[in-house]
Amino acid sequence: MIIGKYDPLKGERFQVLDETGAVVNEELEPQLTEEKLVGFYRQMLISRTADTKAFAMQREGRMGTYPPLKGHEAVQVGSAMAMEAEDWLFPHYRDLGALLIRGVPIHFVYLYWIGNEAGSRFPDGARVFPFTVPVGSQIPIGVGHALGAKLRKEKQAALISFGDGATSEGDFHDGMNFAGVFNAPAVFLCQNNKWAISVPRERQTAAKTIAQKAVAYGFPGMQVDGNDVLAVFSAVKEALDKARAGGGPTLIEADTYRMSDHTTADDASRYRPEEEVKAWEKKDPIVRFRNYLRAKGIWKEELEKNLQEEADKIVEEAVHQAENFPLPELEDIFRYTYKEMPPHLEEELAELKAAVEKRKAD
Amino acid sequence: MPALNIVEAVRLALREEMRRDDSVLVMGEDVGKNGGVFRTTEGLFDEFGEERVFDTPLSENGIMGTAVGLAVNGFRPVAEIQFMGFIYYTLNHLICHAARLRNRTRGNLSVPLVLRAPYGAGIRAPEHHSESTEALFAQIPGIKVVVPSSPADAKGLLKSAVRDPDPVVFLEPKKIYRAVKEEVPDIEYLIPLGKAKVVKEGKDLTIICWGAMVKVAEEVALKAQEEKVDVEIIDLRTLYPMDREAVINSVEKTGRALVVHEAPKAGGLGAEIAATINEKALLRLKAPVLRVTGQDITVPMPKTEDYYIPDAERVLRSIRKIMSF
Repeated sequence: MIIGKYDPLKGERFQVLDETGAVVNEELEPQLTEEKLVGFYRQMLISRTADTKAFAMQREGRMGTYPPLKGHEAVQVGSAMAMEAEDWLFPHYRDLGALLIRGVPIHFVYLYWIGNEAGSRFPDGARVFPFTVPVGSQIPIGVGHALGAKLRKEKQAALISFGDGATSEGDFHDGMNFAGVFNAPAVFLCQNNKWAISVPRERQTAAKTIAQKAVAYGFPGMQVDGNDVLAVFSAVKEALDKARAGGGPTLIEADTYRMSDHTTADDASRYRPEEEVKAWEKKDPIVRFRNYLRAKGIWKEELEKNLQEEADKIVEEAVHQAENFPLPELEDIFRYTYKEMPPHLEEELAELKAAVEKRKAD
Repeated sequence: MPALNIVEAVRLALREEMRRDDSVLVMGEDVGKNGGVFRTTEGLFDEFGEERVFDTPLSENGIMGTAVGLAVNGFRPVAEIQFMGFIYYTLNHLICHAARLRNRTRGNLSVPLVLRAPYGAGIRAPEHHSESTEALFAQIPGIKVVVPSSPADAKGLLKSAVRDPDPVVFLEPKKIYRAVKEEVPDIEYLIPLGKAKVVKEGKDLTIICWGAMVKVAEEVALKAQEEKVDVEIIDLRTLYPMDREAVINSVEKTGRALVVHEAPKAGGLGAEIAATINEKALLRLKAPVLRVTGQDITVPMPKTEDYYIPDAERVLRSIRKIMSF
């Protein structure tokens, strides 16, 4: 049992690997196959490669604003890998790494940030809610969805992910409160990356931890090392299993860091001390896990080379798919407003079409 | 066929829809054992149980957010907001999610929910209980805004709203919640959304109205008759998207139009209706389109609220003005 063991009010935090990748918690080290461990590493590499590429594409004018995930690889991969097929993910907009694991290929995320609604039309069967840009608003929606699963007596949990800034929103309070009252099968995952654009975590709450807020809502909360993929995986898995079994919600605060800017439109050097960034670079989640795999005799130069080549290939293919995706038609911006198009939209569409066609003809 | 008021008709519609479809849920504050502050959900808790009729924590934002999640998960939640004055907490979820989820997922996810709220002045309610802010909602693409004006309409329109594939804001004119009883068929019937109703035919002037103002228009029509003015009354029923065709057809016939609404004048739906008439029937007009509305002020508290609500006298004066143009 992990949940309940680490008291956030006492500053306790769950960790399996220390910053060097050494096991510090043998008792709770998950016993996973080599294939699964390599799978974690592979996903983290793909996430970072996809992220680096998106950033570059924005700088080259091939993508609009993009929110980099660098530094979040362990929390996103660890949490998404902990989910079962029937669970639903309610992500925040920085969650590219989690989406890939939940059946949303990279090119959908690229399409979204390029500016095409098709990027939120996820493949059938992907149990993922689209990105919510109004911060924290996915939280009560995820709770409502989870409540629905409970009413239908389905073994299904919702993983709701958000940042530290979102915990200041009323939606965080409402979601947590409703989940507690209805004992909804929801797991709240706060990816506390210390910064909401330029506003530090201390300006979001006077509470010592975010995890301790769960106490007031009547369910457990805990802090995990968010740069430790094994700790994240184990904690989220236990919380989801508990939720599906009727044990109610859990709040997990993952202690991590936004290693890049808030978005490509931001310049974090304006407000963030260089030393802080440097200190967190030493805690890089990928390096840490690589050290762990190396110590176990799993990681070798050749594995790295193969995985990185594969990641590059997947990302290049995603870029190709996103950039060659058919452009939406004029009708598409009207077509999905209602299930059936009302007369005033038919009229507006016809007028616009005539104007656009005239413009083209000229 | 029982004689029902609007409260009872709303209740009957909810009961029929809940019996018909297990995915229909009723949620909100005091909707359970207490049966709602206006008793619109009375008896539903006993019949359908706490999993389908449930009280929530006191948070309209939480109600709306969870209702969106339930709707995405295949339910048809009917969420009650106790008074329109408290509905503003729901706006973020209504505008950012309920209204646009179908569009932003290219039709993959949808939000078939109903947000019910009593609205309007005239029952001597405390502050924040008497607003009529429907125009705020009539500019949110992706939702529908429906207002019944009678018990029979309340039943047929609410049943359609529950079955609608898109989110519906259903505003109930509380001034006439219990004012009139009329025969409401206890058989299955639906009134289509997006279609207005000609309440009374006439040839001289069209009054376009909805909700509690339909009763005012009917009263005025009798008085106008004494002055040899034959008034046609159109009840919009659905404010958004609006049945422009019905308005234009009527104005083409009468050549004169008057919009009566309780909401403030500036930026109100009366402006939208007048503009639509200008666009489509200007040359048929024999006089400018006028509006009788609430004032552009904060809705007064009970001691002075009657100054605010359009009444027969104000409507009659505008009719005379139009007829003598």
